[in-house]
Amino acid sequence: MDLSLDAGTLSFQAEVRAWLASHVRPLSSMDTAGGFEEHRSWERLLASERLSVVSWPAEFGGREASLLQWLVFEEEYHASGAPGRVSQNGIFLLAPTLFAHGTDEQRARILPSMARADVVWAQAWSEPEAGSDLASLRSTAVRSDGGWLLRGQKTWSSRAAFADRAFGLFRTGPGERHRGLTYLLFDLRAPGVTVRPITQLDGEPGFAEIFLDDVFVPDHDVVGEVGDGWRVAMSTAGNERGLTLRSPGRFTAAASRLVELYRKNPDPALRDRVVDAWIGAQAYRLHTFGALAQPLSGPAASVTKVFWSELDVALHETAMDLLGEVAPGWRDGWLFSLSGPIYAGTNEIQRNVIAERLLGLPR
Amino acid sequence: MMFTLSSEQTDLGGVLHGFLGAGRTDLASLGVDEVSDPVDLVVVFEELGHHAVAGPWVESLAVVPALRAEVGPGPGAGAGVGVRAETGAGAGAETGAGPGVGAGAGAGAGAGAGAGEASGTWSVAFPPLLPHAVEADHYLLVEGDTLREATPTTELPSIDPARRLHELSAGQVLATDVPAARAFDLGVLTTSAQLLGLGRAMLEMTTEHAKARAQFGKPIGQFQAVKHHLANVLIGLEMARPLVFGAAVTLSSRDVSAAKVATSDAAWQAARTALQVHGAIGYTAEHDLGRFLLQTRALRTAWGSPSMHRARVLEAL
Repeated sequence: MDLSLDAGTLSFQAEVRAWLASHVRPLSSMDTAGGFEEHRSWERLLASERLSVVSWPAEFGGREASLLQWLVFEEEYHASGAPGRVSQNGIFLLAPTLFAHGTDEQRARILPSMARADVVWAQAWSEPEAGSDLASLRSTAVRSDGGWLLRGQKTWSSRAAFADRAFGLFRTGPGERHRGLTYLLFDLRAPGVTVRPITQLDGEPGFAEIFLDDVFVPDHDVVGEVGDGWRVAMSTAGNERGLTLRSPGRFTAAASRLVELYRKNPDPALRDRVVDAWIGAQAYRLHTFGALAQPLSGPAASVTKVFWSELDVALHETAMDLLGEVAPGWRDGWLFSLSGPIYAGTNEIQRNVIAERLLGLPR
Repeated sequence: MMFTLSSEQTDLGGVLHGFLGAGRTDLASLGVDEVSDPVDLVVVFEELGHHAVAGPWVESLAVVPALRAEVGPGPGAGAGVGVRAETGAGAGAETGAGPGVGAGAGAGAGAGAGAGEASGTWSVAFPPLLPHAVEADHYLLVEGDTLREATPTTELPSIDPARRLHELSAGQVLATDVPAARAFDLGVLTTSAQLLGLGRAMLEMTTEHAKARAQFGKPIGQFQAVKHHLANVLIGLEMARPLVFGAAVTLSSRDVSAAKVATSDAAWQAARTALQVHGAIGYTAEHDLGRFLLQTRALRTAWGSPSMHRARVLEAL
């Protein structure tokens, strides 16, 4: 066992740290029209240094960084207080799917514009009657000349209020639940699309409803085989639940901030919770280092999803208890932490997955 | 960066698992008393915990060798204390009895320790953090950086009847400037590893119970309330584990304490859940669970309480 960083990773770390120190500045919320464009500009600035997608192949805008280097990048990124990633849905959810199931044409067309945030992607999974039970979704794609026509309604679509395009699952064929679904990409400004922003607890439209009324999707925007959408979507669902959506750097940075906050407001009754938040972040960090050698299986990603989402709530709740009602710099993170146990598959669903697929308890 | 066990380390755990599972505790026959690498020690102690092996193993295999490492070479095995694992045949796992301490340990211990030739098990106290010593053939006492011989006086009851504790009376000084802090941290680390193994064992036995035990016409493991309890136990153990191995790599007080805090909580959560899911049978002396539960509770506060270790982590941040 060895936790040391090699020379290449150390120099990459130094470069990233220095660049961030001279470029990070506060931006408006990405869930406002103006803030969204500020975040798009920030992504372009990152991309100009090939820092927006460090682990990708160079031809798509990356640096072919190792997973370890990506983790180091994330640690530096969050420690620097850099802005949230408006391109996150595309980079961490759609891109891994395209690497695994897309065509060369799709990768060449879609990934470079994603890396530069020329196209910002929203996700379109949930429907009014299909949340945790995603396989009960009802929106359809009907065959049309040279493509498909989308009909139905998606909801809780993160970033959809201001994003350019979206990806989701649609019912294309016979069969029930997981069968007959297809993974499709569509333009949020195409004729027939109506986006209704939904205001979240923080007062801003972080997600939206999407109404689809015969929205045309060309054949080249089908990802994977027609009818194989469930498998295509789930093969990279672990990216959302486990390793990539919420990198450890996010929590180690927040835990360090919490320790600083405690030093300024040392309430001994909250000491244990502060320490436990730091330990939890450290545990997730080390666990992820372990996953570099032995990648997580899908069900194992359920373990980390429950862990980081509950850690995030505990960490932010502790900060709120230290600060009281006036909590500058912590309110947004606290509110967002409360959504963690819900999105990317509720923690109840994840616990079922853990019990049935890791422990082998009967369904 | 290579944060994973080598195949040799994985094999070591597997061999120990089979060995202990067969009811054997003569660890010296496997050469376990020659293990000194902290990661290897974690592997060994996770398995000792996995089988709830009682006895002064943390002391004999991890802490005393570290204390004696700089006292100077002696004629005995290893670092000069000649730690040899000699437990009686009936000691152990099945009976829940303490270690089968060899007869005649008392009189010869002092001289033997000094000469580095004594065989048998060793124990040590580090007052005030670790005021009492687990019963063994020979005793040492660490005060600051001074290492002394010691003799057991009053026997004290542990909440775990398989752990017998003694107050110590200080004897002659064996060495000054011993690496006391490192030895103490090795005690904390290996105790954390034991807690991890104890937690795993309780999760395994409880999962099997939940599959086999039927109520309301179906296995209780089919009820979501039970599933979610067990999923939480798995999450706690799975996420405590890397802290233990991380601490073995760095051996910093901060990391060792973090591992102890996390494994204490995860293992105790495993114990409570195990008892709840087993129901009344788990609360009987007939069932094996109690042995694991009681040892977990004792080790949770041995080698420093969770509160003391949280304070150490915060201090280091």
